[in-house]
Amino acid sequence: MITGAFDYHRPRSVDDAIALLSQHGDEGRVIAGGHSLVPMMKLRLAAPSHLIDLAALDELKGIAVADQAIVIGAMTTQHEIIADQALAARCPILRETAALIADPQVRYCGTLGGNVANGDPGNDMPAVMQCLGASYRLRGPNGERSVAARDFYEAAYFTARADDEILTAVEIPTPAAGHGAAYEKQKRKVGDYATAAAAVMLTLAGGTCETASVALTNVGETPLFVEAAGQALAGSGLDDAAVTAAVEAARAAAEPVSDLRGPADYRRHLAGVMVRRAVERARRRAAA
Amino acid sequence: MAKTAVSMTVNGRAVEALAEPRTLLIHFLRDQLGITGPHVGCETSHCGACTVDIDGKSVKSCTLFAVQAQGAEVLTVEGMAGADGTLSVIQEGFMQEHGLQCGYCTPGMITRAYRLLQETPNPSEEQIRWGLSGNLCRCTGYQNIVKAVRYAAEKLQAQKEAAE
Repeated sequence: MITGAFDYHRPRSVDDAIALLSQHGDEGRVIAGGHSLVPMMKLRLAAPSHLIDLAALDELKGIAVADQAIVIGAMTTQHEIIADQALAARCPILRETAALIADPQVRYCGTLGGNVANGDPGNDMPAVMQCLGASYRLRGPNGERSVAARDFYEAAYFTARADDEILTAVEIPTPAAGHGAAYEKQKRKVGDYATAAAAVMLTLAGGTCETASVALTNVGETPLFVEAAGQALAGSGLDDAAVTAAVEAARAAAEPVSDLRGPADYRRHLAGVMVRRAVERARRRAAA
Repeated sequence: MAKTAVSMTVNGRAVEALAEPRTLLIHFLRDQLGITGPHVGCETSHCGACTVDIDGKSVKSCTLFAVQAQGAEVLTVEGMAGADGTLSVIQEGFMQEHGLQCGYCTPGMITRAYRLLQETPNPSEEQIRWGLSGNLCRCTGYQNIVKAVRYAAEKLQAQKEAAE
């Protein structure tokens, strides 16, 4: 399978990359790990005339873990996220999620920035970022701005990123010490997108759930932050009634389509099951 | 589209050839350089038959343009055996444990197993299965492939201990 023809660019700075994007407009696309884009180009679902490779931009790489925030450069790979001990200590859901993405070879190439910027509803990190309250740094010809992950996704493959902007980094408020979080993903086989998946983060105090957030993957056109599900859990003892209310909120928010992964009703049901399991695991992981 | 000169190091040898930007690394290796160990399997990033090692990473060479590997160090199954033809320990493991049937997936399996053992010298069976989960064998001979990797891990460990 051969892609359409294109000119290849490997800029040496983010500013040069943005200049190329501005110059080529709709005809230009940035490539990070390329493991979403190259398959799309083979199928001719994407046919950029100018491919702008971000591989040489060291300023887009790296993981910085601090007490207030975790900042991960867009070109950081899933493999690097799995390997980072400091990150796993403060925000283990990222390692758990990265390990469920695709397969080892793809994780050596696939980047966090690509995963969250692409807008594919099957990508796993967007819902996790919504659950964690992360924001995305975007840089364009007019400077830098920040967009919350919960506001970023508009429709499948449509996001708040402008054509001449590059997503440079993901900023995550460092989760509270003692928090519990889990990502539950039902898939048919290694490398598959989720039939349904759920991210949950919560904190406990004296057996009561103080804060909770819930988001879903691949049961709608975009990742879905389900505020009502978090509200159902917060303030409760995570008793069956509260968890069932969260599950019902997630099922109500889900808008899956019927596809090869299953009929819509099944996938909606599964979204609820994933929430229930994720809540249970997050609870076990949280300090009481 | 104009061809550009693409240079890289493959199995320790500096190489350069002309390629269109859209030339995939797998086709560059096979058609331009005559390195036919990496196989074209699914061409859709699933099967892992085209796996090569690039700058210390296992990569599916059907999902990378050759220009992206400009200046990289590439290792294929051809680079595994010694100059005199002596098999690497991993290759020996696949032979001893009958870790192949038709052999089509084998170059990708061996190349991936090489990187897995570099990172995890003494992997459990579960770690081997997880580590090789991006490589499909349609003869479904996974049991012996796992044994082959264990064989190599044990022999490499023994060699390391003997050397110390």
